[in-house]
Parts: sequence; C-alpha cells; structure tokens
Amino acid sequence: MELNKFILAIITVEPAKVSGCGAPVFFADSREEQDRIALYLARITEGVIHDLENGVYILVKH
Amino acid sequence: MAIVSYWQALITGVLSGTLIRYFMLRRDYRQYPSYPHGVVTHLSLGFIAAFIGAIAIPALAEREFTAVTFLALAATQFREVRDMERMMLQKLDQTWLVPRGPDFIEGMARVFEARNYLVMLTSLLVGGAVFWGNVFLGVAAALILLLAIRKLMSGKIVAQIAHVREGEVRFEGANLYVENIHFMNLGTEYVKDVYRQKGLGVIIEPFNDDERATLSNNGQRMAIAHNAAALLGIYKDVDTAEFTPILRRDLETGRVGLVIIPIEKDLYYLLEAVKKTPVLESALSTPLKTSVGRKASD
Repeated sequence: MELNKFILAIITVEPAKVSGCGAPVFFADSREEQDRIALYLARITEGVIHDLENGVYILVKH
Repeated sequence: MAIVSYWQALITGVLSGTLIRYFMLRRDYRQYPSYPHGVVTHLSLGFIAAFIGAIAIPALAEREFTAVTFLALAATQFREVRDMERMMLQKLDQTWLVPRGPDFIEGMARVFEARNYLVMLTSLLVGGAVFWGNVFLGVAAALILLLAIRKLMSGKIVAQIAHVREGEVRFEGANLYVENIHFMNLGTEYVKDVYRQKGLGVIIEPFNDDERATLSNNGQRMAIAHNAAALLGIYKDVDTAEFTPILRRDLETGRVGLVIIPIEKDLYYLLEAVKKTPVLESALSTPLKTSVGRKASD
C-alpha cells in the first residue's frame, strides 16, 4: 500500500487550531485572504483545497 | 489445378481477412487507433494475420500438418501486440486530463489482440470454403462471419445495465453532494461557485446485483468519467485538480453518482455520453450466477 495523498500546506485564520511541522502553515487575517492564498497555492502545487470548516484549509495532493 | 485453387483460397482468404480487419477498425472520438499511422499498423498486422490464416489451407491440403503449428507462433506474436498496445496506452494515459484508467486500457488492448485472431479465423474459413467449395461459398462465408463478428463482439453499454438520470448538485457546508451521495470536501467560495453554476450531476442506478457489482469497479467508473469528459469537454487544466470529474458510490444501495463540469453544459448529451460508455469486460461481474450470490441478494 503506497501513500499517495499528502497535505502540502495548511492555510488558517485560526492560529490556535494548528500546530506541528508536517506541512507549512500559512496564517491569514481574513477569510478573503485565506481563500486567495489557498487558490494561489493550489494552482502552484496542483493540489486541491479542502475546508475543515473550522477556519482551517488544507491543501492536499491527490 | 491444385496450384490454381491454392492461389484462389489464399487470395480470397487474405482479402476477406484484411477487409474484415478494416471494418473492425473504429476511428472515432476515442482517438485510437490514430490516423493515419496507427491505422496502417493495424491493417498491416491484420494482413499478416489473414495471410497466416489463409496459408493454413494449402498446408492442410498438402498434408503438411506440422506447418499448421505456425498458427501457434502467430498467437505469440499477437499476444505481444496486446502488450505493446497496453504499454503505449498506459503511457499516453498520463497525458489525458481525465485518464481512461487501467481497465479501459486492458479492454482496448485485449480487443486489438482478439481482432487479429478473428481475422485469422475468417481467412482460414473463407479460404477453406473457396478451396473445398467455390468462390461464391467463400463470399457467403465472409459475409456471415462479418455479421457474426459484429453481433458477437459488440459489448454492452451502460444504458443496458443501469438507469441513468440527472442528480442535483449541492453543497452541505464544504461537502459536495449529488442527491445523497457524498463526493468530496472542497474549500474556497470560488471553487464552490464554479460547481454551483457549471457543475452537472448524474445518478446511475444499476438494475440488479450483478450490475451493482460491475458499477462498483473503479476502472468502470473511470471509463465513464473519461467518456463524459471526452465527449462534452472538461472544465479543467493540470493545475485545477479540484474540477476532476469523479464518481462515487452510494454505500446503501450501490447507486453511483457522477459530478462533472463539462465545457458544454448540456444535460441531455451528458446522459447520452454516460449511457453509451462501454461496460468493460474486466469489470463485468456476475454474483447472481452463483447460488450464494442469488440467496444473499434477497
């Protein structure tokens, strides 16, 4: 079984809800900024943005 | 006299075999075999297959039974054709925005191999009919074979195993659904808006348990997505993986849903594209043919 999904980045407006060093974390000041950063990163990395619905987005390579 | 009929058998056999190979070559939206060189390759292979099949008749007539063993040699050659096609299609599959998937490719490769055997059989039978009968008998044999091959070798399509209808695309929070089938979690309002405005949902309801098992096959589902995307165009590029069409299964009932963002937002033709997708030989499953499967189904 091969691992083929990776969290490439975490984009959050809730700094308290993320930690660790598995993936780079980007902090945003507002939802708009979060959406924008997430879209940029998605286009750059060819990943997909997923919304954990608690102010945290994760960018996953499928 | 014998030499003349050998030639007659050989020529009619080779001709009918090659012609049948030509009629079996489908050049359409599947873009394979490609024109012109892919077609030339397969016509040439068909010619060789036809020649091998036809030459067996004079060999038999001369009681050279060992000569017929080259049919076995030919079989090995055509198995290599299958490997070659599979490897090439797998490589090329990586360049598609919506790949065909391994099952579709295996099916195509298998068809290329099998069609050469059909050509061999045709030229053998037609050659035999000409040699032991006459030319008219040969023509009749060729026509019957052509019709039989057409009839027997055409596989099922999705419309024959399932009811295909529209499904409503909706979001619950960040989660994308078609009716009650969960597809995926998607972030950002922009991506959700694209799905809300341009996305189409399809529900595929299998008629019975056999078909439910067939539709559960991932390769079959990839083939459906590929077909829909190839026919209607796909709103996606390499850097927008979130717009990849996907098919997910309703765990309760075995229904399968498709969500896709086509370039041409035309529901009727999307349904047609899904319906006309071939049911893959490798996905075909028949649990109802066993007593356990039958008893478990009620």
